[in-house]
Amino acid sequence: MIQHDVVIIGAGLAGMRCALEACKELDVAVLTKVYPSRSHSGAAQGGIAASLGNSEPDSWEEHMYDTIKGGDFLNDQDAVEEYVKAAPRVIYELEHMGCIFSRTPDGKIAQRSFGGHSKPRACFSADRTGHAILHALHEQLMKNEQSVKIYNEWYMHSLIVDGDRCNGVVVSNIQTGEVEVIQAKAVVFATGGYGRVYKITSNAFASTADGVMAAFEMGLPLEDPEFVQFHPSGLYRQGILFSEAARGEGAYLLNGKGERFMETYAPSRMELAPRDIVARAEQSEIDAGRGVNGEACINLDLRHLGKERIMERLPQIRQLGIDFLGIDCITDCLPIQPTAHYSMGGIPTDMFGHVISDEKGTRVNGFFAAGECACVSVHGGNRLGTNSLLEAVVFGERAGKSVLEYAVGIDYANVNEGQEKARVLKKFEDVYQRDGSESYNDIRDEMKEIMMSHCGVFRDEEKLKVCIKTLNGLQERFKKGKVTDKGKLFNTEIYEILELGNMLGMAVIIAKAALERKESRGGHFRTDFPKRDDKNFLHHSMVFDTPDGMVIKTKPVVITKHQPAERTY
Amino acid sequence: MATFRIKRFNPEKQPEPYYEEFQLDIPFGSTLLDCMNLIKWTLDGSFSYRMSCRSAICGSCAVKANGHALLACQRQAEHIIDNDETITLEPLGNMKPVKDLVVDFTPFWDKINKVKPYLEPKEAAPEKERQQSQEEFLLIDDSSTCIMCGACYSDCNVLEVDDNFLGPAALAKAQRFVGDSRDSQTLERVKELSEPGGIWDCTHCGECVERCPKPAKPFDRIKEVMTVALEQGVHNNNGARHALSFFNSVKRSGNLNENRIPVESMGFFNIPGLLSLLPVGIRMFLKGKVPPIIHHSIDEVDDVKRIFKELDQ
Repeated sequence: MIQHDVVIIGAGLAGMRCALEACKELDVAVLTKVYPSRSHSGAAQGGIAASLGNSEPDSWEEHMYDTIKGGDFLNDQDAVEEYVKAAPRVIYELEHMGCIFSRTPDGKIAQRSFGGHSKPRACFSADRTGHAILHALHEQLMKNEQSVKIYNEWYMHSLIVDGDRCNGVVVSNIQTGEVEVIQAKAVVFATGGYGRVYKITSNAFASTADGVMAAFEMGLPLEDPEFVQFHPSGLYRQGILFSEAARGEGAYLLNGKGERFMETYAPSRMELAPRDIVARAEQSEIDAGRGVNGEACINLDLRHLGKERIMERLPQIRQLGIDFLGIDCITDCLPIQPTAHYSMGGIPTDMFGHVISDEKGTRVNGFFAAGECACVSVHGGNRLGTNSLLEAVVFGERAGKSVLEYAVGIDYANVNEGQEKARVLKKFEDVYQRDGSESYNDIRDEMKEIMMSHCGVFRDEEKLKVCIKTLNGLQERFKKGKVTDKGKLFNTEIYEILELGNMLGMAVIIAKAALERKESRGGHFRTDFPKRDDKNFLHHSMVFDTPDGMVIKTKPVVITKHQPAERTY
Repeated sequence: MATFRIKRFNPEKQPEPYYEEFQLDIPFGSTLLDCMNLIKWTLDGSFSYRMSCRSAICGSCAVKANGHALLACQRQAEHIIDNDETITLEPLGNMKPVKDLVVDFTPFWDKINKVKPYLEPKEAAPEKERQQSQEEFLLIDDSSTCIMCGACYSDCNVLEVDDNFLGPAALAKAQRFVGDSRDSQTLERVKELSEPGGIWDCTHCGECVERCPKPAKPFDRIKEVMTVALEQGVHNNNGARHALSFFNSVKRSGNLNENRIPVESMGFFNIPGLLSLLPVGIRMFLKGKVPPIIHHSIDEVDDVKRIFKELDQ
């Protein structure tokens, strides 16, 4: 049995930032199913928010209000306050670690505008900010290799929970297929989001709900899963991300008639309204037949920015346009469409990174979560651009500090290695031996299709019911799939099947929570209930798996400074 | 209909690799990775390779297509198909195959680790950010775009014959810190990078620049490290001496003094090094390949000198 004081699952920004904190006094393992530098944090382009005030005066108070208004008042305001107050410090720390940032003429960290932020607040490294931070943190882990062991290409199957205490994880080595138990005093999940349940998504193939489903299967609730963010600028058909920084720098959105349609939807902020509003505006234009050439896309126009600014500020996305579409945004418009991008919901935690097991906030001993897989909730119903990198860093660090506080000086709890291993091996064997007639590829495609059309930007009761029924059917078919690769060595097919199982489970949870929330708020829009309903729905959803099926309870929203107000831009 | 000719390898089943062909209609707008996924998901589930982001930023899906390393997600399949309507896929080179297109990246990462790939700051952290000008940022911007995909490592001609070479990715990563105005270890770094296996073992073939899917362009970064090493006076090694001898020869005579350069590269007082040249010298003599003993300047040597003079100014 492998033993580490702490095991962190996921090596993106949250996981690595947590590791750097925890390794100050503990023996840390970071386990990733890819390599740290391949984590999806690296795909974040536009920036990381902090009220540094380097280009215009700014304050944490304004950052706080923008975040809460952007989140449609579902954010827990005590957590938001801690989070925006920490922002400048954590960014200076990243800079001190060596992270590179674009600079102002006087040598400070440069900042630009972003959707929903009232001030230019996005610190950036050209248009590859996530990449810059990810590599800076990875560099620091390499520097601390004596106290942090990285398990590259290992997959986490299951949590080991005994009563109210978490004692480790069951994992397997993707290269060899060997199942192992890692005994730990504390487990941290930093496993990212689950955008792959949708057909059009900006997410990596790795963003498949493994962490959230492992928690859910251990009887823990998931919070606010119905809130999925659709990013307004996904590359047409592929869904890959074209940074909001393009609009931050001044790009226009044009419908098929060449109109800047945001005038109708958010006249004061135009293209820089929050993402939920822009994505809905785009989808409305497309649904009304005003897409470009009648297709399901609209145009992102950067031409007036000029070659020099594009090359300086947005070189990578220009190259993406050339590589993936053959379109150079210096001379032509880029076709884009809303793309599933970010999960506001996830494993519920308090603002110190402790996972909680109920609506009252009861902590699970030794289990922590941070980053996109967690729901603190600082984003409420809709996350503002550049707030996710910040969340990963702030709460990664906080989880690390909490782990130190918790795990220093305690002993390992007993773990029944044989029993834990057997549980996962049985699951593994069950998949290996499947020789049914169903194609996993078809099941995956059908799941993505129905989630996009029935549980996407616009939802209603009828669609959601059809969606759930379809997903339940897919779950049945999933049991009758066929496996072609029966080997142990780097068997990517087996892992994709396990991931698909997780995604099917997650899709059902999203749809059921969406059905239950009979209002429209942030990223969740019900055409049959198009208004926000604070009287009945100003609360978080807490979805539990019980012997009698899924149960959705509620958890109050923490409101400190800002009473819910009408949200217009 | 295109043919995908794929190098398959699964040591669990058979020890030797073999090629297998798959026929596929390439859907409009498909990347090479899209096609690989179609093969895997509809034709043969055991086909193994790495992938993740689909947007040329995670570096997972580098493979060899028609003999050259590239990122599968970054390239339209139609653009790389050859005249026989075929795309040949093989694992990256210079690393041990694990299964199909998956290779063992351990040596790659070990070498990244060797260049101390982290900032060693000049002074204690200030309260706010360290100052850095936009110009200073631009000196390290290109090297920071490296995504560690291994395409350069795969096709590096030096690594093919010399395992000890750090390789283009690690050296580009080194430039990321050699060039960083905030770093305190510039001299120590270029000293270590001038050791055998470092910058001077690069043969300047430029293959890594061709293969790099990002602006990192390793050889350009290696040149920058070489320049810093020479500027910092790190001359006490064969590579630097060779570069300086080369430079001086052209400056003096307009062409290369091929008798002098090897001797100067070894160092005049490096007796074992000079002796090691003898067998080659003797073989060259016997084959009549020894350059003329008396070295002549080219006719237009004054023009060359004028160019150097202007460059100096």
